[in-house]
Amino acid sequence: MQKNSAIKSFFIEIGELTYFAGRFFKEVFSRPFEFKELLRQCYSIGNRSILLVGVTGFIIGLVLTLQTRPTLQEFGAESWMPSMVSISIIREIGPVIIALTFAGRIASGIGAELGSMRVTEQIDAMEVSGTNPFKFLVVTRILAATIMLPILVIFGDAIALYGSYIIENAKGDVSFVLYFNKVFKALEFSDLIPATIKTFFFGFAIALVGCFKGYNCKKGTVGVGKAANSAVVYASMLLFILDFIAVFITDIFFEI
Amino acid sequence: MNQTQNILDVTKEQSEKKLMLEIVDLRKSFGNNHVLNGFNLELFEGENLVIMGKSGSGKSVMIKCLVGLMQADSGSIKVMGKDITKLNRVELDNIRTEIGFLFQGNALYDSMTVRENLEFPLRRHKKKFENLTDTTPLITEALESVGLAHTVNLMPSELSGGMKKRIALARALILKPKIILYDEPTSGLDPITSKEIIELMRRVQKQYKTSSLIITHDVDCARVVSERMILLVDGTNYAEGTFTELASSNDEQVKAFFK
Repeated sequence: MQKNSAIKSFFIEIGELTYFAGRFFKEVFSRPFEFKELLRQCYSIGNRSILLVGVTGFIIGLVLTLQTRPTLQEFGAESWMPSMVSISIIREIGPVIIALTFAGRIASGIGAELGSMRVTEQIDAMEVSGTNPFKFLVVTRILAATIMLPILVIFGDAIALYGSYIIENAKGDVSFVLYFNKVFKALEFSDLIPATIKTFFFGFAIALVGCFKGYNCKKGTVGVGKAANSAVVYASMLLFILDFIAVFITDIFFEI
Repeated sequence: MNQTQNILDVTKEQSEKKLMLEIVDLRKSFGNNHVLNGFNLELFEGENLVIMGKSGSGKSVMIKCLVGLMQADSGSIKVMGKDITKLNRVELDNIRTEIGFLFQGNALYDSMTVRENLEFPLRRHKKKFENLTDTTPLITEALESVGLAHTVNLMPSELSGGMKKRIALARALILKPKIILYDEPTSGLDPITSKEIIELMRRVQKQYKTSSLIITHDVDCARVVSERMILLVDGTNYAEGTFTELASSNDEQVKAFFK
């Protein structure tokens, strides 16, 4: 009985999230446009995440190189390190790990922010003052995250490759020019483009879930905590599902 | 004979005044919980109408239906002659500029300064004021009317409870509305600050010549500001009259409100 109600509420939530996404697409193309708020959100989301993304990227590069080096050394294939690391980072590890840290930071942030605005009636106050709160709060945040995540991923990927170079330089005495020559020789547009396209969807999904949870927050301050927490969980799950779909589609078009 | 004459005089006086708000047979349920059961209300120009009711009697639901935050199941809500239940989004937003709303918890935008809080309603409704290029005079006027002109650059977190209430009132006044809705204006305030807010409400009404609908539990507030009162019991009008009439009623339920 309890299992049935859990399944039922899960599907109700999926339905509501779909309706919420539909409302976003309806509102995003209708006037008035909130350009000023969109720019403010882009700055806020990008600025809040850049350090975290940089540090995460750097550590990904360091760790991946350190962990892979002994195995490649065993086969005498250390020279393959730049191409192997760059393809792994650009295609999969960079976008997914950076999107996950972004989800932890942004989805919870948006969920908590909108949730507390909901329970303190600030969203109602916007509505009463004749401003569409969905457009002002939700549309701008989703668009900002959709725009900013691909930029952050490219930045994070670059830092990760630099981290990898530092290890290669320390352990194998490889120069900066040689390392990055090998990286660019190994990479193709078919590695970069699908990986970048999927990050737009990741950004959209992360902010959509954060906004959905926060905007529909109930039950006071406890509800705010739940909204922030469940926003991260749902966003992370959705990320892996989207990643699987993206890899599947990429495989069809680019034969990876 | 005298009482009948008084009622006739009041009725005549009201019929000469413009009807600002009219609610007819308003009903709203949440599942099996019937919150509003045919509530009726009339608010005339320049009038202060107080609605009193116990917690859960439907006061907040009624006020939310009145500004379109909630959809009523049935009944009509006319704001200055327009039935808001039949308006589209743009028309509803336009009519909302004629209504100021003071929320129970103030609902100040905590990520914005006092100035930005007051500017916010002006963003989409500048056309209400001819040739408005600079919002500063409007903001200064609203803040001066609540005695807090010096707080313009402060954040809401830097203000006391009473100051927040005043700033929320200034924000409700910024579009120069014809009607102000007060949702528990003195709740959570100490007696001295409550008196100050009540006095401010009276002053603001005189200055801006607004009609006010006040929802409150506070008998002192009702006594000072009300010209007419409605007692709401189980989602419907239980009793109606002036404060003195209701306070001297022999009905046990009415008496309970004034104890």
